[in-house]
Amino acid sequence: MRRIRAAATGAVMLSLALTASACGGGSSTGGGSNDSPEELTYWASNQGAGIEIDKKVLRPELDKFEKQTGIKVKLEVVPWSDLLNRILTATTSGQGPDVLNIGNTWSASLQATGALQPWDAEQFEKIGGKDRFVDSALGSTGAAGQDPAAVPLYSMAYALYYNKQMFADAGIDGPPATWDELAAAGKKLSKDGKWGMGVEGSNPAENIHHAFVFAEQHGADFFTADGKADFTSDAAVAAVKRYVDLMAKDKVIAPGNAEYAQNQSVSDFAKGKTGMLLWQSASANLESQGMSEDAYGIAPVPVRSGTPGTGKQVNSMVAGINLAVFKNSDNLDGATEFVKFMTSDAEQKILNTAYSSIPPVKAAQEDPAFGSPADAVLKDTLATSAVALPQVPDESQFETAVGTAVKELFADAAAGREVTTGSVKAALTKAQQQMPRK
Amino acid sequence: MSPDPAMTATAPAAEAAVRKSSPGTAGGPRRRTGRSRRIGLPYLLLLPALLFELLVHLVPMVIGIVMSFKELTQFYIRDWGTAPWAGLDNYSVSVDFDAPVGEALLHSFLVTIAFTLLSVGLCWLTGTAAAVFMQDTFRGRGLLRALFLVPYALPVYAAVITWVFMFQHDNGLVNHVLHDQLGITGKPPFWLIGDNSFVALLTVSVWKGWPFAFLIVTAGLQNIPRELYEAAALDGAGMIQQIRRITLPSLRPVNQVLVLVLFLWTFNDFNTPYVLFGKTAPEAADLISVHIYQASFVTWDFGTGSAMSVLLLLFLLVVTGVYLVLTSRRRRTAP
Amino acid sequence: MSTLPRSPMAPSRSFLRYRRIFLTLLTGFVMIPVYVMISSSLKPLADVTGTFRWLPTELTIRPYIDIWSTVPLGRYFVNSLVVAGAATVCSVVIAVFAAYAVSRYDFRGKRVFTVTVLSTQMFPGILFLLPLFLIYVNIGNATGIALFGSRGGLILTYLTFSLPFSVWMLIGYFDSVPRDLDEAALVDGCGPLGALFRVVVPAAVPGIVAVAVYAFMTAWGEVLFASVMTNDTTRTLAVGLQGYSTLNDVYWNQIMAASLVVSVPVVAGFLLLQRYLVAGLTAGAVK
Repeated sequence: MRRIRAAATGAVMLSLALTASACGGGSSTGGGSNDSPEELTYWASNQGAGIEIDKKVLRPELDKFEKQTGIKVKLEVVPWSDLLNRILTATTSGQGPDVLNIGNTWSASLQATGALQPWDAEQFEKIGGKDRFVDSALGSTGAAGQDPAAVPLYSMAYALYYNKQMFADAGIDGPPATWDELAAAGKKLSKDGKWGMGVEGSNPAENIHHAFVFAEQHGADFFTADGKADFTSDAAVAAVKRYVDLMAKDKVIAPGNAEYAQNQSVSDFAKGKTGMLLWQSASANLESQGMSEDAYGIAPVPVRSGTPGTGKQVNSMVAGINLAVFKNSDNLDGATEFVKFMTSDAEQKILNTAYSSIPPVKAAQEDPAFGSPADAVLKDTLATSAVALPQVPDESQFETAVGTAVKELFADAAAGREVTTGSVKAALTKAQQQMPRK
Repeated sequence: MSPDPAMTATAPAAEAAVRKSSPGTAGGPRRRTGRSRRIGLPYLLLLPALLFELLVHLVPMVIGIVMSFKELTQFYIRDWGTAPWAGLDNYSVSVDFDAPVGEALLHSFLVTIAFTLLSVGLCWLTGTAAAVFMQDTFRGRGLLRALFLVPYALPVYAAVITWVFMFQHDNGLVNHVLHDQLGITGKPPFWLIGDNSFVALLTVSVWKGWPFAFLIVTAGLQNIPRELYEAAALDGAGMIQQIRRITLPSLRPVNQVLVLVLFLWTFNDFNTPYVLFGKTAPEAADLISVHIYQASFVTWDFGTGSAMSVLLLLFLLVVTGVYLVLTSRRRRTAP
Repeated sequence: MSTLPRSPMAPSRSFLRYRRIFLTLLTGFVMIPVYVMISSSLKPLADVTGTFRWLPTELTIRPYIDIWSTVPLGRYFVNSLVVAGAATVCSVVIAVFAAYAVSRYDFRGKRVFTVTVLSTQMFPGILFLLPLFLIYVNIGNATGIALFGSRGGLILTYLTFSLPFSVWMLIGYFDSVPRDLDEAALVDGCGPLGALFRVVVPAAVPGIVAVAVYAFMTAWGEVLFASVMTNDTTRTLAVGLQGYSTLNDVYWNQIMAASLVVSVPVVAGFLLLQRYLVAGLTAGAVK
């Protein structure tokens, strides 16, 4: 009997010990170190046409880095479906990579966890100074007034892709510059089973990107200056309604788009089923679906006045990927060295070419490699008329809540239910109620 | 490998959970061997199972319960030992059914119950019907039985993504057949958004789940003594009556386990709705597992997510307890 | 049609008709998605994303070549086999020991044990994902055994997932093995473990196979835990298949092709074992 009791006590002790140690949250409190200067772990996001393809792009560059510095980089390309969860568990446990890619819209949320190394002036000096980077890209690296949580790596912007042949057939002279022109063009295109434009109605992230731009154009902010959610202002409601009305009222978007979440709208465009598409760097994708580069044109996303610019003339979010250093890294110096390498002019040119994105580094951007008409549109947008999504800690909740609200409004429109100012307001009110109150 | 009739006289382990095993059925070897030497043996045999259960199930659950009393948002997850205690806040938010969070949880809970009951019912019905129909040998039975097991053997992601593909509004097979070929619907319905998403979810769940019921019931049918049918046939009972009077009552012990297991698995199923709808399910198909996932991982509030999980656990404990007591009592009173 | 009726009454004509209708419908329901997988895996991407057609207009085996270069499918497949295989073996061995103890001995805490085992089936996976990850990390920090990100951690997790149902089923199965058999073995001088392995286990092979298949399928299909507990080198198929949907492109045809390729061995193995499985589940669950 004694042995049993001893065993039972042992089991209880063991579980208590495990609980206690796990409750401590692991070693995550400690800062980083330079205990292992020879090696780095790097989590890359999936930018190319597949994980293996990304590895082929990155491996030679990482080998170059090893040759220069003697630091070996262990690369893992993390699929998008897992990336945020992986970062969250790494944050909770303190067990993560040294350097990692993050979607730039996550910057402020991840900054709030304190898991990422802040980039103060001194830190930036080590990679050549903050002013090497384009302003708009820097605007998406963390909350205003705080040291950035990450450094821009790849930039992207939305543009209007349009099918030249379909435009010619419908007698449309050129790409629309305002939403009214877009609706008019769309109506001309929408016939014989073809449609004016495509959207990803069931993808909350896509929805939020567009809803945000429409809100900017209507002069609405989804957050107040002190970071509180404010989704239900008249301007915000009008903005979201204008976007959904492209399907509900103008009927230039096929109702079926309401359930798109797997990039079906790109396929539709590539097949000539839709005449227009708002997308970021779609070229490689369109090519893989068999649409040649001279079959479509690229123009700035419409604005209400017709001339993109600052303030109400904003026509894209600043899309892109940032590079961050994990605070628990055991090779902080090496990590900084690696960021310096990845943001160097030469590497920026190579990587952004491979991923058909725009370098956020000014010097690299001026390279003739990024001088095509398409890149010119994107560069121009990034330089003058793109704005970062709200840099607040609650950004990811905002994306989910409002993105889902727009998804449901599209579902209403697709089902033939009326989308009114009232119903938009109700949807946004519900979204706002889901935001954390603290 | 046909089962020995003598080997079929067993009680399901579930019953051991509610009823102390009767004396005399156990302890055989122990009584014969040295008591002092053997006393630790059963514990030794249980030790590995116990250790793994502790490590992977029980301790994490205790931690999860602790988490449910903390304020675990993105500001604190990095070092959640120092996260402030939230008392019962996470719980009161979850069960405040007049406020948006609680209201959404209640809605999701009700959707899950409706979904689980329908799915388990249909899985059981399909599985049992197929098993009964395939009790007699006929040509091609082996092949059919093999085909029927395919949904169970496909990786979940592959199976569900295929259904997503088929449920597409414009290009999917389902609308192609219903609308283009049969012309049943006036205009093609949506399956992955809106109210029909519940039907879509149910279809996939039944497609994936019924082979398991089929398997277990098929097995159960093999143990019904033929004499029972012969006697009934002599009494002039028809096919339907034989099924009602012999097959179904004989299957009751199998069904007790099967229905409970299906219920628990379906209720907690995460993979199917997640692959079908992504991180935000349509309201009509907002199952509780995805809802909790969204509350914790998508909106980064692990405290509230844990509180919801604990509430769910309590609910399932109660349901299972009541179910086991009820079904066991009925079995004991019924001959 | 040559029938060998189990029920003495010959099936009536209407019964046969209903059976044919029912089984035809059911076969359609089961096989249509499988047909869609096969036909889509043989189409070029542009065709797959177009309107559905029953018969492909253009056949290509390209997807079956591309699947290997889009994601490291071979490695994921090996990982899944190793993880699911090891988890199955461990789970079965541990469940056999535990079930034997419960089936053959009276001891204090027996009820607590069975109730606990049953209740673990009710935990929502989300509740312990994060805590489990923390525990693994802390064990790693304390002992140097890397559990997170390794196959070992995943094996440990999955073997425990299938353990409750396995124990539960095996208890019932062992109870059905006549006690006289192992008592005879004890008299012959076998220890209790000898009796277990020489008498009880051989008599319970079908049940053990059933448990093994169940344990394997549990580990084979799990997505949530695998998505955070693996890295590039240890990622399993269940998660890895998602790699065919990239930021900009969803390779439907490759998803289908890859799913079929990895499913063939499993389905084949499954079908080979099904006769044992059917016999096994019987005795485990039936009174």
